[in-house]
Amino acid sequence: MSRLSDANVALAHDIIRRYPRPKSALIPLLHLAQEQDGWVSDDAMSHLAELVGVTPAEVKGTCTFYEMFKLHPVGTYMVNICTNLSCQLLGGEELLHHAEETLGIRAGGTTEDGMFTIEDVECIAACTEAPCIQVNYRFGLRLTHDDFDDIIAALRAGNTPDKLITSNPGEPIPSHGTLGLARQTMTEEQTANIIAPEQIHEAPVWLTAAAKDN
Amino acid sequence: MAIGDYVPHAPGYVETPGTKIVTSRFTYEDSYTLERYEATGGYEGLKAALKRTPEEVHGETRDATLLGRGGAGFPAGIKWGFCPPEVWPRYLVVNGDESEPGTYKDRLLMERDPHQLIEGCLIACYAIGLSQCFLYVRGEMAIAQQRIADALNEAYAKGYIGQNILGSDFSVDIVLHWGAGAYIVGEETALIESLEGNRGMPRLKPPFFPAAVGLYGQPTIVNNVETLANLPWLMNNSAEEYKKYGSETSPGTRMFAVSGQVKRPGVYEVEQGVTTYEDLLYGDDYCQGMRDGRTLKAFVPGGGSAPWLFPEQVSLPLEARPVGAAGTMLGSGAIMVMDDSSCAVKSALRLVRFYARESCGKCTPCREGTSWEEKILQRIYDGHGRPGDIELLLDVADNISPGPYPVASDESQGLEAVPFPPKQTTICPLGPSSVAPITSALRRFRHEFDEKIAMAATANHPEISVDLDSKAEVSS
Ligand SMILES: Cc1cc2nc3c(=O)[nH]c(=O)nc-3n(C[C@H](O)[C@H](O)[C@H](O)COP(=O)(O)O)c2cc1C
Ligand code: SF4
Ligand code: FES
Repeated sequence: MSRLSDANVALAHDIIRRYPRPKSALIPLLHLAQEQDGWVSDDAMSHLAELVGVTPAEVKGTCTFYEMFKLHPVGTYMVNICTNLSCQLLGGEELLHHAEETLGIRAGGTTEDGMFTIEDVECIAACTEAPCIQVNYRFGLRLTHDDFDDIIAALRAGNTPDKLITSNPGEPIPSHGTLGLARQTMTEEQTANIIAPEQIHEAPVWLTAAAKDN
Repeated sequence: MAIGDYVPHAPGYVETPGTKIVTSRFTYEDSYTLERYEATGGYEGLKAALKRTPEEVHGETRDATLLGRGGAGFPAGIKWGFCPPEVWPRYLVVNGDESEPGTYKDRLLMERDPHQLIEGCLIACYAIGLSQCFLYVRGEMAIAQQRIADALNEAYAKGYIGQNILGSDFSVDIVLHWGAGAYIVGEETALIESLEGNRGMPRLKPPFFPAAVGLYGQPTIVNNVETLANLPWLMNNSAEEYKKYGSETSPGTRMFAVSGQVKRPGVYEVEQGVTTYEDLLYGDDYCQGMRDGRTLKAFVPGGGSAPWLFPEQVSLPLEARPVGAAGTMLGSGAIMVMDDSSCAVKSALRLVRFYARESCGKCTPCREGTSWEEKILQRIYDGHGRPGDIELLLDVADNISPGPYPVASDESQGLEAVPFPPKQTTICPLGPSSVAPITSALRRFRHEFDEKIAMAATANHPEISVDLDSKAEVSS
């Protein structure tokens, strides 16, 4: 697949500028590539390597360490079902099996129409709300099997499922790759002093000023 | 919402009696907006801090004995003092990677009150001269990222962040950074590696203690979300006021997530030290006991990495020292409750699988050992256990964490507690954490393991059938 679009290259430069060293932007940039294509292609990784000034192998090295980055196309909706202890105690495994049965795939698989990928995941920080899932990283909590079916039906119909939590009510569930729907926007005038550490040798002014006053 | 009710827009959070230090705004539906934040005393703590010298702000934090809420419970004020005096710049990295099994509090704080966290970051940066802050949020937390992005944009626009904050000579940038799914990145040196754009593998300590040698080799303070969220309240009040809550060695309040087989699982902000596990598990204002008339079998007292406790230990206070002496840790404030219908082999397997999956692979005892532990437990659970498997399991565990492993006392067997923490042959504590569920389950419930192994010896195993038509695919 593709390199970053022009609009995304502009965004990428914006993100890189926030870090004292460009390579620090790598994970957010990999997310940007995944947002664009739904997965992370070799071409995208080569492009990111150019943007931050490292080798494509280094980008791949970083990329492959992190579970959320997919190196091949996955479903429009990534359905992550937690089976760690608190969820397992309250039916997380049964929910996973139900999902596998109803979608006709095993954990790790994608439905033939490319709509859903299921994953059997570890704790997603909603343990008191077991059993729980995420669909493209939006939570569904204390789900019954019927709730799960409703979520799938709503997504198939192109609606936001009632049982998935978004930041604002009714906000769409974006397709796989897009995380939060808002970005930090930081203009150059707004920033204080993002520069490479080598260029800073002294204590910040508010410390030295306070010391002098004493 | 009345006391004792779930707060619907903060799923799992229960409004309880008593003073709230970090969750005071959770009952407002719009708690995450700047408008609500300012209307409820927001950014007053920053203003109060800016009226004082950085040294005084640091001193107030030290005097409060504000203990780290990320797991290790180290006092924040003391950690801040470890930065070498003449090395600049210094950075702040906020640990919002919350992934320890059972842990659910930082996500609530980020989603429900992002400005409180931002204000806490600003106060820390002012106190010890940190020139840039990175807010590292777990990758899977899309809504928290969205809320923090919005909050940062609002705060920059209002002059709370950036150049010459509120007209003072204090200037700092806060950057939202987000991960991509790796528990180990919660370990502070791995967090820093990840923030440098690398594979998130821990660094050796020494020399890489972050306060001395951290991000880009510079002094770096790593603090947990909840730790920093206490600072606005502290600045608006005082160390003395803070210490009126909780106990002498564990002052203040803390968020505890109680999950599993209790009647009312939830997230509760309670005073440390003076509240006990029993209060939380059985109290009317809290979890109200076991569900379906069952009885308590065991509970994980401080996140998946903590050795388990049992019914006779419920009276322990939620306080680092006594819990450590009892053979486990308060950890990340995550309590997972198992009742008598649960299977000890299964519970141990679930937790061990987590460490096997999440091992970063940098050191051999952990990389190989955790997956051996998982495989042995899996075959015992599946009914294919072999005689000697328990000894093998303990032997593998001993290669990761040699010597007696921390464990609770057991009066029925006349066994004393082995105090926390465990020893390690590994670079970081992840490997040794995998041993906690094994030794905990085996010491108490060895008969469950023995029974499964004995059954395997007599079972007539059917042939394992392989479904060649399966549509399963392997994803990365
Ligand atoms: C394997 C491992 C995972 C950890 N995960 C987290 C985490 O998700 N969040 C966190 O705040 N601390 C985590 N910690 C603890 C951090 O290393 C560090 O002690 C903490 O962030 C310091 O902040 P505090 O002093 O404010 O608690 C983890 C530690 C280890 C060894
Ligand atoms: S103990 Fe495990 S997770 Fe920690 S550094 Fe070693 S291999 Fe990595
Ligand atoms: S165990 Fe499932 S969310 Fe934590």
